[in-house]
Amino acid sequence: MILSKHSFLSRLKANRHGTDGIVSAFLSVLAGLSALLLFLVVLFLVRESWPVFSRGGWHMFLSGQDWYPLEGKFGLVPMVFASLAMMTGSVILAVPFGLAGAIFVRFYAPPVLARAYKIVMALLAGIPSVVFGLWGLTILVPMIAHIQPPGSSLLAAILILALMILPTVALTSLAALDAIPRNILDGAQALAMSRKGQILFVAIPAARAGIIGGILLAMARALGETMAVLMVAGNVVQNPDSLFAPVRALTANIALEMAYATDLHRASLFASGLFLTGVVFLLSWLAFQASERARYRSL
Amino acid sequence: MSDRIFSFVIWMSAAFVGAVFLWILGDILLKGIPHLSLSFLLEQPEDAGRSGGIFPVIVSTALILMVAVAVSVPFGLGVAVWLAEFSQTGRKAASSTRLTLDVLAGVPSIVYGLFGNAFFSIFLGLGFSIFSGGLTLACMILPVFIRTAEAGLSAVNHSWREGASALGMNKTSAIWHILLPSAAPAIVAGLILGIGRATAETAALIFTSGYVDRMPGSLMDSGRALAVHIYDLSMNVTGGDSAAYASALTLIAVIITFNMMAQAMTDQWLGKKVQRA
Repeated sequence: MILSKHSFLSRLKANRHGTDGIVSAFLSVLAGLSALLLFLVVLFLVRESWPVFSRGGWHMFLSGQDWYPLEGKFGLVPMVFASLAMMTGSVILAVPFGLAGAIFVRFYAPPVLARAYKIVMALLAGIPSVVFGLWGLTILVPMIAHIQPPGSSLLAAILILALMILPTVALTSLAALDAIPRNILDGAQALAMSRKGQILFVAIPAARAGIIGGILLAMARALGETMAVLMVAGNVVQNPDSLFAPVRALTANIALEMAYATDLHRASLFASGLFLTGVVFLLSWLAFQASERARYRSL
Repeated sequence: MSDRIFSFVIWMSAAFVGAVFLWILGDILLKGIPHLSLSFLLEQPEDAGRSGGIFPVIVSTALILMVAVAVSVPFGLGVAVWLAEFSQTGRKAASSTRLTLDVLAGVPSIVYGLFGNAFFSIFLGLGFSIFSGGLTLACMILPVFIRTAEAGLSAVNHSWREGASALGMNKTSAIWHILLPSAAPAIVAGLILGIGRATAETAALIFTSGYVDRMPGSLMDSGRALAVHIYDLSMNVTGGDSAAYASALTLIAVIITFNMMAQAMTDQWLGKKVQRA
């Protein structure tokens, strides 16, 4: 509402010639450049990974299980599976806790605790990934090693990632729950539904689109996370066949090998970056669609 | 009865998350504080960082952030002003610019690292330097900064624009003298949030600003950021854990200070808006 009022009537009138014209032209060039940045990022990823496409193509990545760059073996499959396993595991853990947190703040917590929970989420979101990695490496990994060595494992990565994406899930779910029209909840109450019934069968379905959007964003974040995963997952290139197996994520592989990679090896790292970017774009687009749907429904 | 079980589960899971958070925070404080001292902040690292301090690392971090801010502020502010005031509403150009910025905001930081390495370090020949690291971070914080600055400008009460028009001010001077000053707190808050995000960054800096932990002599020298220092100490230096925790504590203190400043500015600004209305 506010936006539409402002956009048409209250815009400043520009004199087409003179200062305003020059400023407008200059600023639109800046805006064009900023939009060009995305193009530039994709262009350079493609440019640097070009040797892969011209000399072998995607099947080189997908055919083998082996990653021995020095012998020309570039099988990315185990790392793709490891990344997907980490993402799936962390989402499975973070969604119930994040959703429960949002329900807690919206329906159960007294104002003081609701505020405290939101502060905890903000602080958790502000902890740098390298600090999560440090904590995971020095506290979590030894604990897991007690159960089954070596400790650096898929499980450690899942636990750390779950903590990192928890604020995203909790805060987006909370925003979705807050946006439910009052009368829907009043209706549920008037039908004498139990508190649990109101939440599970009225509030959550009504906020569904927003919650799903938040989960998709959290998935994108988990998939793109590098440092924490690199520090706790053990970085052995193999299929994730057990929770306690050390595995290497796609992002970690890039960070580990960029320093000395040359030629086709370097190109294959850029190609995996391109692949990651593609998947993350897809997830963000789905999240955007979900939030649009949520917006239309609430109108 | 099942209603009570449900409520118990909700309370327990919220308490569990709070407990885990306190556990992490407690570990960082307990392990970081003993190693932290004024001399730790003001000395050169020795023995690969196991002893000595982090002074050159702090200087490099500050320089990288300064480059990022010096580039992203004028550029980002220009784009935000264009989006909020000059672009024609409903036209394709503005909405597609917004869309690309939102997409850029979602690009993983390791991908920015790859891009920065290929474009700034190699293509533009800046090498592993504070300059290429700062420029890479500028690309990272630009989308977030532009969108918050645009939101701040759009939120300025529209009667101020009408007043400026009635006084016969041209658009440029109205933006310069009225809109930018009144949106300043929101713009600064967006900037501080961006800086906080940049301070935490590691993956984008490893292959752009590099690892060297000496005192940088110029912006073209390689410099090690604080987050990269923590990574190196914990992964590559055995016995570097306590120095890593002290550095982590420093890093978190800086980031929390940035976030609190941004929050205080936003609150103050919103408070003023409410008073005026």
